[in-house]
Amino acid sequence: MVKNITIFTTNTCAYCVMVKKYLTNKGVGYEEVNLDQNPERQAEAQKLSGALTVPVTVVTHQDDSQDVIVGFNLGRLAPAVS
Amino acid sequence: MEEISKNHEVIMIGAGPTALTAAIYTTREDIETLLFERGAIGGLAAVTDHIDNYPGFPDGVDGLVLADSMRKQAERFGAKIELGEVTAIAKDKNGIKLTTTSGEMHCKALLIATGSDYKKIGVPGEQEYYARGVHYCATCDGAFYRDKKIVVVGGGNSAAQEAVFLTRFASHIDMLVRADHFRASDVLQDEVAKHKDKITVHFNTTTDEIVGEDGKVIKVIGTDKASGKKKDFETDGVFIFAGLNPNTQFLNGTGIELDAIGLIKTNDDLMTNIDGVFAAGDVRHGATMQIASATGEGATVALRIREYLEGHKVINE
Repeated sequence: MVKNITIFTTNTCAYCVMVKKYLTNKGVGYEEVNLDQNPERQAEAQKLSGALTVPVTVVTHQDDSQDVIVGFNLGRLAPAVS
Repeated sequence: MEEISKNHEVIMIGAGPTALTAAIYTTREDIETLLFERGAIGGLAAVTDHIDNYPGFPDGVDGLVLADSMRKQAERFGAKIELGEVTAIAKDKNGIKLTTTSGEMHCKALLIATGSDYKKIGVPGEQEYYARGVHYCATCDGAFYRDKKIVVVGGGNSAAQEAVFLTRFASHIDMLVRADHFRASDVLQDEVAKHKDKITVHFNTTTDEIVGEDGKVIKVIGTDKASGKKKDFETDGVFIFAGLNPNTQFLNGTGIELDAIGLIKTNDDLMTNIDGVFAAGDVRHGATMQIASATGEGATVALRIREYLEGHKVINE
């Protein structure tokens, strides 16, 4: 079971739009952290993902375990939010 | 959540400008149409910062805005877009059977419009530092390079456009162009020239290796082709826009005929060698890799699909 989802995005990132669209289609809520508006949280996204890219989707489960998904990766995103 | 039907008149693989245009045409003719997209709706157009050569936009248009407008237009007429992937295609007695991440699907006609992705250049360090200093999407990853140094590889329209976009963030950009001139349009060359305070263009320069230290990219090693001398470009990240690769790997084993670089061969009706399977846009052999021509091919292939479906209706009756 999913406890909460955070997506790190930027204004110009098309794959960020796709992650948000996928979750909306599935009826799953999320919090968005826009790094253009919150550049101070860039290091947090980088630390979680180990990558210099967005989208970074952090799925926190009820037991507080986390899936961190880099990019629009349906193969990882779909099972993480199911 | 809407349950997706398994049987369709037309399935389109891809939801870039070609398929979205084709879907506008088919759905306006009441031909039920489902699109599958595994990446970004709008394809490479959606991840392009600004598009100045698509008609109807005198001041140009952001790629993401154009892609979203095309999506809305297709959905207005009833096109359905499924976010998922097609993994296998086979003919069956009723038409075409697809294996997808949403289960098995059937259709009477299939359009492959999967477009292309930016090509890997195959140098040491490229794979190792992918997304950790090596990038293929400036609009996605440029924000991580505020006040940092960047190398852009390539000399075509995409390289020039994205280098200009990256000036919003970078302190300096070295642009490595293998040829002795740009392939980019004159307009884009002028844009690059306007940013000469930030962009230094190195013609006749190959990209040989991406070097990192402690998990971070620190430099690119290139060669000045004129002198044959190696040259180091200190950098924090590398953005590569060196041509396109067709997205046709998933067609291996389907029997659909490809050319030597993986583009799909079609006849004058944009049909592949398999009856009922069409291809159009950047993924087709002979395509000109422009958004305007992609939408044109989308309209053409939609009309050919309609004729195909009508012909089969008559035969079946």
